[in-house]
Amino acid sequence: MRRKSYFAFAVALMLCLALLVGCAGQTTKPTDTAKPATPSGTDTAPSGDKQDETEPGTSVDVAPIKLGGIGPLTGGAAVYGVAVANGAKIAVDEINALGGMQFELNFQDDEHDAEKSVNAYNALKDWGMQILVGTVTTDPCIAVSAESYNDRVFTLTPSASSPAVIEGKDNVYQMCFSDLNQGIASAQYIQEKGLGTKIAIIYNNADAYSTGIYNKFISEAANNNLEVVSTTTFTNDTANDFSVQLMEAQKAGADLIFLPIYYEPSSLILAQANSMGYEPTFFGVDGMDGILTMENFNTELAEGVMLLTPFAADATDDLTVSFVAKYKDLYGEIPNQFAADGYDSVYAIYEALKDSNVTAETSASELCDLLIGIFSGNDFVFNGLTGDDMTWSKTGEVTKAPKGMIIENGVYVGMD
Amino acid sequence: MAFLSYLISGISLGSIYAIIALGYTMVYGIAKMLNFAHGDVIMVGGYMSFMATTNFGWPPLLSVLFAMGVCTVLGILIEQLAYKPLRSAPSLAVLITAIGVSYFLQNAALLIWSPNPKSFTSIVPFNSIRLFDGKLIISGTTVVTIVACIIIIVSLNTIVNKTKVGKAMRAVSEDKDVAQLMGISVNKTISITFAIGSALAAVAGVLLCSAYPILMPTTGAMPGIKAFTAAVFGGIGSIPGAFLGGILLGVIEILGKAYISTHLSDAIVFAVLIIILLVKPTGLLGKKVLVKV
Repeated sequence: MRRKSYFAFAVALMLCLALLVGCAGQTTKPTDTAKPATPSGTDTAPSGDKQDETEPGTSVDVAPIKLGGIGPLTGGAAVYGVAVANGAKIAVDEINALGGMQFELNFQDDEHDAEKSVNAYNALKDWGMQILVGTVTTDPCIAVSAESYNDRVFTLTPSASSPAVIEGKDNVYQMCFSDLNQGIASAQYIQEKGLGTKIAIIYNNADAYSTGIYNKFISEAANNNLEVVSTTTFTNDTANDFSVQLMEAQKAGADLIFLPIYYEPSSLILAQANSMGYEPTFFGVDGMDGILTMENFNTELAEGVMLLTPFAADATDDLTVSFVAKYKDLYGEIPNQFAADGYDSVYAIYEALKDSNVTAETSASELCDLLIGIFSGNDFVFNGLTGDDMTWSKTGEVTKAPKGMIIENGVYVGMD
Repeated sequence: MAFLSYLISGISLGSIYAIIALGYTMVYGIAKMLNFAHGDVIMVGGYMSFMATTNFGWPPLLSVLFAMGVCTVLGILIEQLAYKPLRSAPSLAVLITAIGVSYFLQNAALLIWSPNPKSFTSIVPFNSIRLFDGKLIISGTTVVTIVACIIIIVSLNTIVNKTKVGKAMRAVSEDKDVAQLMGISVNKTISITFAIGSALAAVAGVLLCSAYPILMPTTGAMPGIKAFTAAVFGGIGSIPGAFLGGILLGVIEILGKAYISTHLSDAIVFAVLIIILLVKPTGLLGKKVLVKV
């Protein structure tokens, strides 16, 4: 009898552990909370900033403005959330090192789950968040932005690209292209550069991001005289076998396959097309970004894959070079577009606020009205890693020029 | 030709389902429990093989054996720690425990291997076979998967029907109490069943990741559920049933996708399952069990 209860205890313990492990995943990431103002004081201060008399590295007397961040730090979409969190953290550290306005970043995990994302949002509100940088992925962002609209918290999402994120919400702005723009830009780009004449599309019809781009692409393709010969779908549950989709594209004679999907299924599609001996041009969107950093991925498979993305780590402008160097130094890998989006989001908020006299005491709703006024105003132009001369419309959409990239010898190379 | 090629993809996918379904069906047949952690043992098998080939640089075959070894130990451990103490508990308690173990394994994998997907290098060294002037291409992985499935089914059938251990398994499956009275160690037999099931899960994991080369902590979850469906489809508890159910499920899935709609592939699979269960509630090859009240 004693023995039995001991085992029952062991089982109960195991179940509890399973729960704890789930929690641990949410809180152990080192990037979760950025410490306020611990500037290194060596490499960050640019020369342009002279109005502040405070020396970098000495002043912490300004109470920081509380930035909340939400994104998947664990789970299947973690690569995006971690990149955004890292990028945002670099930006916050740089800004704090400048002296003057200080930021404190608290980045919460949502595991790419809408419900957990709203929980994270509520936790951040309890913490005293004044501005939200997030959320990273689309479906959670739709849920969270509805909350932040009601609560009047200014929301700048680095990478949630669905139009549903900003629709009907005057306080939500996007740093990335909207899905609409990605779909339109992709169709135009393919047409302008003559990349393909017969186009096949494989998209995830269980995903708002993928379906959103697909819908726009298909209508824009008609305007551009692009012939779509095959359209096939998959869902998260059937994202294993793509032989049928590929065979259909091949049978229809497609010379370009448009993949408005994330990189995990893309990697499977590339591998299966390769084993079939089918070699069309593959054209992806920003979700394709990340494929090269997959562990053990055979980059030969991605040779010649094209994608539209606003950020290229191999660009030679000063801003990109310094960001990439810093990111590599801190996190040991080359930053992707999401890291750049996170970095830009924090800087855009900084640029918008730096001439106003907001403090840690300013309420979230006051900040919200102020930032809406600045972002939607005609004279706010932001230059960042992910584009020059970015402007925002009143609806929250960003306008910037996409960059075409092609993967050559395992690295992104600009096509223009 | 396209049909043939779809059919082969279907059989290949179905073979993987069949190997996984065997694990479900054996455990159910003998221990009368649904081991929902089975899908996650597959994932562990995949990671073991991945680590062996990528991190330790071992040859593919050795990596499969390594994965089988680790999964066998893991399977026995799970059984001893989580299920054995609940042997006389209501089946619902065991079911919930199995789900708990499944989450435990997934989250442990998340901690150990991080959520970032890893790209699996196929363990099959052969190139694709080209038939009919290259109109029909069969990948090496497909061939190996189908062959492995057949070998496993035949040897498992032999073990269950021809050996002493198999006899004990059948006895335990018929009636646990009587088997115990006859001098069969029920606990040992169930442990052996878990060991075999988990070793098969490792093979399935390696084949799954070779065919669809992506490895995440959730890799085993969906194939696990599909294979469970296959086991029910074929008649849970029946080894030939698991094989038949797996192959049919794979073929229906691929052909449904190809000829009806890629939108509805899963809906078709489950619709067929519902129809079969309406006509034959015990599955295709399931035994009719009379329950005395």
